[in-house]
Amino acid sequence: MPLTPEEVRRIAELARIGISDAETRTIQGELNNIFELIGRMQKVDTEGIAPMTHAQGLALRLRPDKVTESDQRELFLSLAPQKEAGLYLVPKVIE
Amino acid sequence: MLNASLKELSTELSQRKISSVELTKLFLARIDALNGKLNAFITIDAEKTLAQARTADARIAKGAAQALTGIPVAHKDIFVARDWLTTCGSKILSNFIGPYDAHLIERFNGAGAVLLGKTNMDEFAMGSSSESSFYGPVKNPWDPDRVPGGSSGGSAAAVAARMAPAATGTDTGGSIRQPAALSGVCGLKPTYGLVSRYGMIAFASSLDQAGPFAKSAEDLALLLNVIAGFDPRDSTSIEREPEDYTRELDKPLSGLRVGVPKEHFGEGLAADVGKAVEAALAHLEKLGAKRVPIELPNSSLSVPAYYVIAPAEASSNLSRFDGARYGYRAKDYKDLADMYRRTRAEGFGAEVRRRILIGTYVLSHGYYDAYYLKAQKVRRLIANDFAEAFKRCDIVVGPTSPTVAFKIGAKTSDPVQMYLNDIYTIPANLAGLPAASIPCGFGAGGLPVGLHLVGNYFAEAKLLNVAHQYQKSTDWHRREPEGLKS
Repeated sequence: MPLTPEEVRRIAELARIGISDAETRTIQGELNNIFELIGRMQKVDTEGIAPMTHAQGLALRLRPDKVTESDQRELFLSLAPQKEAGLYLVPKVIE
Repeated sequence: MLNASLKELSTELSQRKISSVELTKLFLARIDALNGKLNAFITIDAEKTLAQARTADARIAKGAAQALTGIPVAHKDIFVARDWLTTCGSKILSNFIGPYDAHLIERFNGAGAVLLGKTNMDEFAMGSSSESSFYGPVKNPWDPDRVPGGSSGGSAAAVAARMAPAATGTDTGGSIRQPAALSGVCGLKPTYGLVSRYGMIAFASSLDQAGPFAKSAEDLALLLNVIAGFDPRDSTSIEREPEDYTRELDKPLSGLRVGVPKEHFGEGLAADVGKAVEAALAHLEKLGAKRVPIELPNSSLSVPAYYVIAPAEASSNLSRFDGARYGYRAKDYKDLADMYRRTRAEGFGAEVRRRILIGTYVLSHGYYDAYYLKAQKVRRLIANDFAEAFKRCDIVVGPTSPTVAFKIGAKTSDPVQMYLNDIYTIPANLAGLPAASIPCGFGAGGLPVGLHLVGNYFAEAKLLNVAHQYQKSTDWHRREPEGLKS
């Protein structure tokens, strides 16, 4: 079923990507073409087929409870767009 | 020297006929001469590179060299490298200086290889043409009006134009093999889990796999020897005994069962590509291989399933790019939510935004079963097809890409047409199987054609054996783009 402009705006909001009204139309058309391609898989019968989440049947590994990371606060903070007093700075969220 | 194999370079270096500094300078000069035309590299830092070459020379002088010590290697700009700008082809990481080394980079450093530069790519590895880079499109060395393939197009073009003796890439749906085919070089996507994903910027984690580009299968084997192996920092890294991937190179092919999937020779395959691939199959038969017709009946469902699974995983992986901790942040915003929206709208290109939106939709409430779960079931069917095929053959052979390299701009306005480039390569990613592309001739306009080889799990040595035997008796892999002759 084709996506409506409202749905496109809703998805963009969920994804936290700003889109203009003009872009909404273009994106709607592109996404609908892609979903038409994706829709081709609906015709195959997958009744009783176990979903394949992964190429290898791996179980999560456990590791010893030991410290493996060193403190690299300064290095990582040096990459921040804005920082203050050793913290990442973002717009205020609580008044 | 620009055309030498890795083995030849290693011999020259160990016999002190050339130093790593001299060799590295040759390639840096070649890059300097050609990169303006091809745009294969995003970052070159001669000072850092030559410092590493000097260290390699000291190591060679001490007699502590390994196979790749002193050899310059170019890396796709998806691998985080300490103190190197690491952009992933995106504006959102255009100021990101690597704070650590990816596992693959560590492995090359440990082997004494020299980091020659960071190569251009489709933004976040999403593409089949290397046109979606924030840094502009990569040009195909065989015809600069055409794409080199993607997403690892910079690495493929660098090797094709002899700007690097070898390079690395990543392959989520064909991003090593398709550019290798379109640029006339060799590329290998190992079995999922063989090479650690640590420090490789994530696109679709259940599919992403790193691998090498080179001029020959023998070189691929030497590179795989360096990068394969267990790494506890990647939860999907596989623990197994290390192998020497060169060990089977010289085995004759007599009795080899070559599976030929009829689905990969049907509608959509260009006649020139089909002809070159048929000739390659005939050549393998001449070398003693037996041709076995096989079926991969769910093959046509691989692109639809992939365009659910890969965007779903991407939408989750790329949520980390929010402008808060690193990377680009929008200039003006009114609050935190607005900062996210604007940063991601300005920082991501159109294709990345599109895939995030697809992924967000298929994972959203009420759609999960219809899309994501369905795609995972289809993925199982595709893996089962290969399992059946490998009961009757040792290797699956076909075309890597349905056409030779297309014109820059030809498919950018139609995402679906772009996606269908990977119709033959995606099944191996969904199943997690190793696969390679090697040059096997030329199609229309003198453009290279790639032969696609898919092996069973962990059968890299076998794949490379077949490719090497083919290359011992053919010279397609030695051809160089006219006009750029080294």
